[in-house]
Amino acid sequence: MTPLTTPAPRAARPPVQRVVRVAGRRPVGDYVELTLAAPEIAERAEPGQFVAFAVGGPTSGLLLRRSIAIATARDGEVSVVVSAAGPGSTWLTERQVGDTVDVVGPLGRRYPMPPPGTPALVVGGGYGSAALLGLTAALRDAGSAVVAVVGAATAGRLCSVDDLGELAEVVVTTDDGSAGQRGWVTDAVARVIGRAGIVYACGPMGMLRAVAEQATAAGVPSYVAVEESMACGIGVCMTCVLPVVGEDGRTRFSRSCTEGPVFGGDRVRFADVGTLPWDVVGADAMGVVQP
Amino acid sequence: MTAVDTAVDMSTALGAAPIPSPVLTASGCSANGAELEPFVDLTAIGAVVTKSVQLRPRSGRPTPRMAETPSGMLNSIGLQGPGIDGLLADDLPWLAERGVRAFVSIAGTRVEDFAELAQRLRGVPGVLGLEVNISCPNVESRGEVFACDPVAASDVVSAVRAVADPAHPVYAKLSPDVTDIVSVARAVTDAGADGLSMINTLLGLVIDPDTMRPVLGGVTGGLSGPAIRPVALRCVWQVHRALPHVPILGMGGIRTGLDALQFVLAGASAVSVGTAVFHDPSAVARVHEELAVALAQRGFASLRDAVGFAHREAA
Repeated sequence: MTPLTTPAPRAARPPVQRVVRVAGRRPVGDYVELTLAAPEIAERAEPGQFVAFAVGGPTSGLLLRRSIAIATARDGEVSVVVSAAGPGSTWLTERQVGDTVDVVGPLGRRYPMPPPGTPALVVGGGYGSAALLGLTAALRDAGSAVVAVVGAATAGRLCSVDDLGELAEVVVTTDDGSAGQRGWVTDAVARVIGRAGIVYACGPMGMLRAVAEQATAAGVPSYVAVEESMACGIGVCMTCVLPVVGEDGRTRFSRSCTEGPVFGGDRVRFADVGTLPWDVVGADAMGVVQP
Repeated sequence: MTAVDTAVDMSTALGAAPIPSPVLTASGCSANGAELEPFVDLTAIGAVVTKSVQLRPRSGRPTPRMAETPSGMLNSIGLQGPGIDGLLADDLPWLAERGVRAFVSIAGTRVEDFAELAQRLRGVPGVLGLEVNISCPNVESRGEVFACDPVAASDVVSAVRAVADPAHPVYAKLSPDVTDIVSVARAVTDAGADGLSMINTLLGLVIDPDTMRPVLGGVTGGLSGPAIRPVALRCVWQVHRALPHVPILGMGGIRTGLDALQFVLAGASAVSVGTAVFHDPSAVARVHEELAVALAQRGFASLRDAVGFAHREAA
């Protein structure tokens, strides 16, 4: 089947590496939102891109960068929403106003924009909803009516509901019913997808897969921003690859950092993540042959 | 810090090939260089050591490919890459057009693979020399790694040296996972290696306590980063002591100029910065600056004067 999407284009401008000041910090539910005084990153950032933080200070034994989606970029400032998952991200959530952090960005490819006025559906899971803020604003500015479906396991793990509410019609779901409708985002998506000309999503892999499949089944193009484990964020470590179908129809192990994090939802072979299918370019040299 | 005269002569060489800086990228840690362009003046560094290339394009292994470890990481990429045709068509011309020196890492599973790669790289613009990644399984010896067998390692190096461009220095990249690295070093230099790259990663394993299975798709992986620096430094020290006239490209956990200085003092005439690039994409340029300052502070007029300096007789 011919994909409904075209691969996201390269970013217009290269990233920068800067030591920047934390200009704002506030808890948002179970997460922490950090605002960074980072004008050179803010002026370059496009919706869907991310930044990569060094964590733990100059003598840190944690060497790998933590890649986090950009929520907003305006007025010389960039905001991110951080979930304290391990020692590195916990260190980030403990930064206070006035502290400095080493950050690289903006990185990766943006969400492609639809023809002006196309009605859009944006779907966020957990802290992934924050990454939809810049996109939703851009869609609105381009004349799109936007419906946002925002979901999480619990009320505390919702994110950016109020900010999205200023830009879009928002539907909230939680697994436990502690906020909004009880259920999964896919339940809500099923009810509204008929109104959408394009779908965007950011959140956990299982959610991205489900939403992409719903969109494709409905004949609607979808773009997903994946959250793969990355060591560098800039394209040199080759750890964050996913099997993705290219414009030539062939599947490659594509880097989520430089060829993503935004991929066409019908181009990511979600069911094959973590395996080496025989038809991935170069699988034959690994000894995997057509059965 | 007080101002230091950093007019240290930092020039050095890989074999007979001169380079203006002793600090290079490390194979597999900077892709083929282009991704670092926003962060580093690639023409000013010693060379870009490209990711090991094989004859055919390779997908690499399934994910997960990486696990963070104390002061390091474990990786199991599986040499994902475009193959020699892609490297010759895209990556090497990109570097050459910008005047970036390329030290090309080659890999294979048969002696003749390595030789064919060396042959195809003869006379290619911008190619400074070859680093022979012998930490690959030898399909003709039940998958034993070439680097762990002095005879197999020598077979590869002599085959490469025989057909490589005479202007290309050939460096053999040694594995630390051997009983006696000096004997491997001696064997490959006897076979014609112009220098030694030391060290490759150490084989490691991480098990996820939740799933109670190995984290990496490839089960084991290569350990890199500052965690392995003392091992790497010991290897450089031992080999330089035994073979003081063999040039060494030192690597293994270099993060700062003082780390690089240790390798130089142990006997390395150039160094590669690898995993630190994941942490700091400008690390290669920064390590050069910090090393220059460190040498000046210690009264060295040139990098060459410091090579092996830690081996001097006690006063």
